[in-house]
Amino acid sequence: MYKNLKWKALLTVIITAVSIYYLVPSFRLYSQNATQRAALPTEDITKLRDKSVKLGLDLQGGMHLVLEVDKTGLKEKEAEDAVDRAIEVVRNRVDQFGVAEPLIQKQGANRIVVQLPGLLDPQRAKALIGQTAKLEFVLVSTPDETKDLVNRLDAVVAQRVPAVRDTAKYPYFDPEKPISSRMLTIEFGGVFFGEEDAPDVEKFLTEAGADSALPIDSRLAWSAETEYFQGRPGKVLYFLKTKPELTGSEIATARVGINLDPDKPNSPGVSLTMTRAGSSIFSRVTGANIGKQLAIVLDGKVRSAPVIRTKIPRGEASITGNFTDKEAADLSIVLRAGALPAPLSVVEERTVGPSLGQDSISKGVTAALIGSLFVIGFMCIYYRLSGILAIFAMVLNVWYLLAALAALHGTLTLPGIAGIVLTIGMSVDANVLIFERIREELRTGKTVARSIEFGYERAFRTILDSNVTTLISSAVLFQFGTGPIKGFALTLSIGLIANMFTAVFVTKLIYDAMVSRRRLESLSI
Amino acid sequence: MAFRKFAYILSATLFVGTIVVLVARGGPRMGVDFTGGTLIEAKLTPNEPADKVRAALDNAGFRQAELQNVGATGDYLFRLQQTSKEDPFVLIKNAIQKEMPGTEVVLMRAESVGPKIGKELRSKAIWAVLLALGGILVYVGLRYEFIFAVGAVISLFHDVIITLGVMTFLGREFTLTVLAALLTIAGYSINDTIVVFDRIREQSRLLRRESLKDVIDLSVNQTLSRTILTSFTVILTVLALLIFGGEVIRDFALCMFIGVFFGTYSSTYVASALALDIHGPAAKGMRR
Repeated sequence: MYKNLKWKALLTVIITAVSIYYLVPSFRLYSQNATQRAALPTEDITKLRDKSVKLGLDLQGGMHLVLEVDKTGLKEKEAEDAVDRAIEVVRNRVDQFGVAEPLIQKQGANRIVVQLPGLLDPQRAKALIGQTAKLEFVLVSTPDETKDLVNRLDAVVAQRVPAVRDTAKYPYFDPEKPISSRMLTIEFGGVFFGEEDAPDVEKFLTEAGADSALPIDSRLAWSAETEYFQGRPGKVLYFLKTKPELTGSEIATARVGINLDPDKPNSPGVSLTMTRAGSSIFSRVTGANIGKQLAIVLDGKVRSAPVIRTKIPRGEASITGNFTDKEAADLSIVLRAGALPAPLSVVEERTVGPSLGQDSISKGVTAALIGSLFVIGFMCIYYRLSGILAIFAMVLNVWYLLAALAALHGTLTLPGIAGIVLTIGMSVDANVLIFERIREELRTGKTVARSIEFGYERAFRTILDSNVTTLISSAVLFQFGTGPIKGFALTLSIGLIANMFTAVFVTKLIYDAMVSRRRLESLSI
Repeated sequence: MAFRKFAYILSATLFVGTIVVLVARGGPRMGVDFTGGTLIEAKLTPNEPADKVRAALDNAGFRQAELQNVGATGDYLFRLQQTSKEDPFVLIKNAIQKEMPGTEVVLMRAESVGPKIGKELRSKAIWAVLLALGGILVYVGLRYEFIFAVGAVISLFHDVIITLGVMTFLGREFTLTVLAALLTIAGYSINDTIVVFDRIREQSRLLRRESLKDVIDLSVNQTLSRTILTSFTVILTVLALLIFGGEVIRDFALCMFIGVFFGTYSSTYVASALALDIHGPAAKGMRR
């Protein structure tokens, strides 16, 4: 009956040794503080990280984004690989932004998942990733054309938007000339509206579907920032040619520069250098349109619309505005990385600040320790020596669980810690079932050895069945859950599987070892 | 099984109570995971009283924002109905700093779910619950008599619904984490039922002359202590989570606590009683 004991013991020792091997890197990594870690060469740290249990975004802080690619407005052929191209662009931007171990992958037909661990400024990263960065150089209509088009808009808006006749609500708008009555000036090809009118004008134009009323070669665009006319703040409406002369794809490099705009010294901007092909187009376009305005349009908003004074042979241009240093730096990144093939919208975001992550870890660990203490106390009181055996099995259970997590490159999340805490409570269940059974067998007058044998044999099926049902529900959770929940399903599943080994196999082995040495008259249970 | 009627009445009362609570409150209080919207937790230093923060939000036009103070250290939860194009945290931070200059606003966490994703997660959640219950039904059906599996799954459903009802009654939100707890309850609370079923199977082999009712009675009594003990150890750890695990995991722990509690009761009194009644008086013995 006990001849296999040595082999069983050997198996246990081997498994434990393997688990120690897998857990050592994690202990080395997480036992160091930040300064000790900084002292190590980066290579060593990377190696150590690869072999350690990874912490989920909810524990180390970071951002989880799901972006949806808006394919409306794309041709069928462009739509086909739009997501893949968008992923490329996003990856480029994230790489240049400098995030350690980002994860960027496709989800379903038109979604992209981006995970950025350990992020300090999530808002900035989000803006950087989500910006379409569609850069165009477009000719602006001449002042005469502009006047014409304004008159046309007057007619269209007066006809299509009944609201402009509501003189109570819009007392300053002339119902017959809703647009031109509120403009302050036409400066070159730009129509200036004061701050107080610009939003209403914009609303009227959208409601009237003004874009469709324009000639086929014209479109509307607003200035990106607040402009000033005779000291009054407001926005400028431009009539642009539909077809851009040059796009962002002809940009070779983009750099942060200073003093790019003589009106705003010391304020940062982005200087652009074009590709060779771009330079020659630029030179031709500027040569042919001297005296006209060339608008630099970013994501449909006019950044600036300088008048072409002379032919520009070198392909250089700049984007200026009221940028902070960071904004200018980010804009240069997105322009270097290229434009997104289609707009992205954030459909899901989960961000955890670094301080909350740290807090979650310490609270999770506290809960795990106190939970174990409760269980240990109870088992010792209720089952005495056998209880200690069950506790040993429980500790081994958690140990194997962590080792398996490291070996499988699993991620530990906050719900994952909850899974470990639950494992602590559930792992002794198996021993409770066995011990109760043994007690029952002892009461019928069987010997200690036989009672143990029967107890294990009869309780085994129950333990197996109950663990399988919990495994079924955690498998479903793993399938349906998001990141943190997956972490929970993973730890709970591994915990339950390890439980079959520690609570049944290992404790049985120890009992057998005790019983095989000498005849036990009584059992502390 | 003398308790059978009493158990049925109690369960029916709880079940009806749950339905009443759920209907009265218009279903469980769905979190942003399922409704779509934005949840932001931010820490204000120095701590400002809630009505001041409230006023700051109102002035900035955030009238639909729900505000909740968590903990005493200036931690606030903000719930916004819709996801906006601009970053909601930046909007909130600006609104607060406009009214209370010098207040530091630090982002603890932000969860923003678009309406489309919310809808997807909702249908996923329903599928997950059905799939888990279905999987358990099949497994227990294969291992035990099918009628018993039906009894067990009905009692599981009972546990899950009542837990949901109590959570709703307490005004807690139904989130993905709570769903995880519900599924875990489904997988775990059947364990006690299995302990009882196993005993019934074993006893019915030994006691061929007794009626099924007597066998079930005997089995429930013989296993009562271990049913309570196993649940007790889990309750101990769940309590530790509930008390020390922090705000983020609290709803999970609370849900587990309620679920394990009712699960233990239902495995003891409901599952086997159901099995007996569904089985009908005709059946005397049992297969296997």
